[in-house]
Amino acid sequence: MAVVTASPAKSEVAKSEVTSEVTSEANGWRAALPHVAPFAGVIALAVLLPLVGNDYWALIGTRMAIYWVLVSGLNLVVGFAGHLAIGYVALLTLGAYTTSVLVAGNVMPPVPVFLALPIAAVVGAIFGVIVGLPALRLRTFYFAMSTLGFATIVTQIALAWQSVTGGGIGIAGPEFPAPFNTAWGFYFLCVVIAAFTTWLSANVARSRFGRALIAVRDAEVAAEANGIFKPKMLISIFLVAGACAAVAGGLFASLQTYITPDAFTFDLSVLFFIAILIGGRGSILGPLLGTMILTILPEIAAPLAAWSTFLYAVLLLLIVLVMPGGIAALLDFRNRRPLASNRAIVPRSAALADIVRRSKGGKALALRGVSLSFGNVKAIDGLDLDVAPGQIHGLIGPNGSGKTTTLNVISGYYAAKAGSMTLGADALPPGMPALRATRGIARTFQTPRVIGEASVLQNVMIGGTVEGRASFVEALLALPRNAQDERMLAAKARALLGVVGLEALADVRADRLQHSELRFIEIARALMLDPDFLLLDEPAAGLSNNEIERLGELIKAISARGTGVLLVEHHADLIFDICHQVTVLNLGRILAAGTPAEIRVHKEVVSAYLGG
Amino acid sequence: MLGSIIAAGLASGAVYALVGVTYNTMFSTSRVMSFTAGQLAMLGGVFGSMFTLKLGLPLIAGFLLTLVLCAIIGIITEFIAVRPVLKSLDQHLYVLSTLAVALMIQQVAAIKWGTEPQPFPRLLGLGSGVWDEKFWLPVLACAITIAALEYLYRRTLVGRAFLAIAEDNFAARALGLPERNLRIASYALAGIIGGVAGYSSGELLLAFFANGALLNFYGFVPVALGGLGNNRGSIVGGLALGLFQQAANFLVGGIFSSVAVFALFIVVLLAAPQGVFGGGTVRRV
Repeated sequence: MAVVTASPAKSEVAKSEVTSEVTSEANGWRAALPHVAPFAGVIALAVLLPLVGNDYWALIGTRMAIYWVLVSGLNLVVGFAGHLAIGYVALLTLGAYTTSVLVAGNVMPPVPVFLALPIAAVVGAIFGVIVGLPALRLRTFYFAMSTLGFATIVTQIALAWQSVTGGGIGIAGPEFPAPFNTAWGFYFLCVVIAAFTTWLSANVARSRFGRALIAVRDAEVAAEANGIFKPKMLISIFLVAGACAAVAGGLFASLQTYITPDAFTFDLSVLFFIAILIGGRGSILGPLLGTMILTILPEIAAPLAAWSTFLYAVLLLLIVLVMPGGIAALLDFRNRRPLASNRAIVPRSAALADIVRRSKGGKALALRGVSLSFGNVKAIDGLDLDVAPGQIHGLIGPNGSGKTTTLNVISGYYAAKAGSMTLGADALPPGMPALRATRGIARTFQTPRVIGEASVLQNVMIGGTVEGRASFVEALLALPRNAQDERMLAAKARALLGVVGLEALADVRADRLQHSELRFIEIARALMLDPDFLLLDEPAAGLSNNEIERLGELIKAISARGTGVLLVEHHADLIFDICHQVTVLNLGRILAAGTPAEIRVHKEVVSAYLGG
Repeated sequence: MLGSIIAAGLASGAVYALVGVTYNTMFSTSRVMSFTAGQLAMLGGVFGSMFTLKLGLPLIAGFLLTLVLCAIIGIITEFIAVRPVLKSLDQHLYVLSTLAVALMIQQVAAIKWGTEPQPFPRLLGLGSGVWDEKFWLPVLACAITIAALEYLYRRTLVGRAFLAIAEDNFAARALGLPERNLRIASYALAGIIGGVAGYSSGELLLAFFANGALLNFYGFVPVALGGLGNNRGSIVGGLALGLFQQAANFLVGGIFSSVAVFALFIVVLLAAPQGVFGGGTVRRV
């Protein structure tokens, strides 16, 4: 389930009050327990393993931990950002050879292994970004190919560069000093490192960066409108994933004691990302279980070892076709509870005053002579438009008259061919949609662009991404400023859900909601910015009459806080009820502009659009 | 020296170009880039060697059987890995489903055929040195394929229907074109082109299971160079890639020629994301 583009809800919305689900406002520990308990269980198992097992189990346990070190980083790329990195064995190889060569000292003086590992991590991080470069601009297939290509050439280089890698003969893996030179000593080292990388990736996943990654994956356009820079986000996680993979490589080389290019088959790559897919996207526990299962599977089914890749491939096909949600979806019991069917949206606009800070005001959004054509079609042609703070400006006109195009030019998805846009005294640069959020411009979309797999609350929190102050590194290490950000964003998002009347649905997956509810979620998300200007693209489409009335009240309350609203709409009643100014477009030009009363009697408008 | 660089470059370039055309043929009717392209070419070599050397069939019979089997595998791909995920193209599930099929093909080949490169029959016994048939056969196969495709697309009704679907799927369906059957046909056609690529290059690359993954990547580079779905771009890109690779091989040695190819790939993707010869842009908002 990607972007939810639900059709208008057909079900009659009952007028009854919201049947409030009991929202658990319990203390933080009880809420976190279901999330933490499985990991505690895995760690307990890991600690208890030496009591029951022999060295054979130490080997398997170590291998599991090493694979997970790689997969925990890769999970951010595949599971959260949705980029299909199919050749990550290349970074494992790179880390293994870097560590081994540094420790063996056949290029430069030998380096202690605990220094070689961090160096390998840096090398891995750099190559993680290089391999990921195509993902910054292109569709995911190119990234899949570049990782596959990298996997191909790394093996070729390892074979051919004999003076460094030992070629086909290979090179000895690094040896760890006591107490890590026994099977169980090394096992515990790997488990500790694995726990550490789990912690890192969980920190990223729970921060605004993790949400931003999912937003880029499932609703890229909306992510940009909320000020999320895709390249910056991706580079950050490519660094993390590359470093994790290289560290795993160093440990892998030590476990193998001797490495040749043959040790790094493509099967390993397949294992890594199938573990994530079996586990489920956007989950950490799922891929962890997936890694454990896939590591054990060939051991308990020894006769099938030769066919293991074939089995993985069958598994992959089955997951894609039958169970796209993976283990995580199976474990997601909460979202199987049915929702109340007679729920209604009852916004409480009065509460806005407590949450949204009053817009500083004073700055007007002005367009002068803006033109844009697609081929020979002039979508907008010399448009002048002024939106004053605290005013609701209606933009109406027949289909194809350039209303949505105007919104897209203002929010930067299209760069105008001529004309200028200013916000107060500053020019608004054409293009660059991701810069609009910091300028205080928020918007909604004609078809709601919501992350179906994230909860309603998380969807709304996306809107406040640019408000967060903690850097990626602070989020990675769970430093205090990140926790402050999280508390602030969550509190504000809950409050705004209260304003639009959807707080009862805060923890529900967004793809289970009705169309009309998604529209209000988008408005709540836009309000997270405390926007100076709010662009609404047909917010009433698909809403019932009652809902349109409530929407009108909500929009009026928003503009009363000093926000300038630009409203594209086809419902003439709504426009004439709430707008202070109305501009009518036809074929990309202004047909008329003025107060609702003037427009309602304007002859050309009546004949071209309103009818009568 | 120059002669052998050009001969080897054009030969491998022609194979890359044909694999690129295989990608494009599947892409044009389904908007799916399938990882089976390189595997089909690998199978062309393996089947060719198996029928002629192992089973002792006549050359022509072995060649035709190879193409038939490759076409069938193309059709199977369409049924199990492409059709089920077409509804959700934006989620890129096809990357995974076609990769799964590609891995199955590769694994079966590795187990049933063996993991060592095996010889391919000498087809015509013509030429030696730089004029050896192993160099000019792929180029000839590439030229014949292009000519045949041009004839198909320009002169026949079926070919025009392919073009219509590639140009605008919805409009073509509205006109009543049998989109599903045409898609199956294009996957069969892609199987044949991949089979030709593998068969004609059998003497150059041998019958080796690992050629699949290799050709998957080297065959995609011309597609990235030439733009998705652009066959002419793929041909030019493929030949250029082959020459570039052989020249790099000669100039900087085997270790770094693959690095050079990879660097070229990344640089092209960053500098010209739509390919040097252009492709369509997609409306986002």
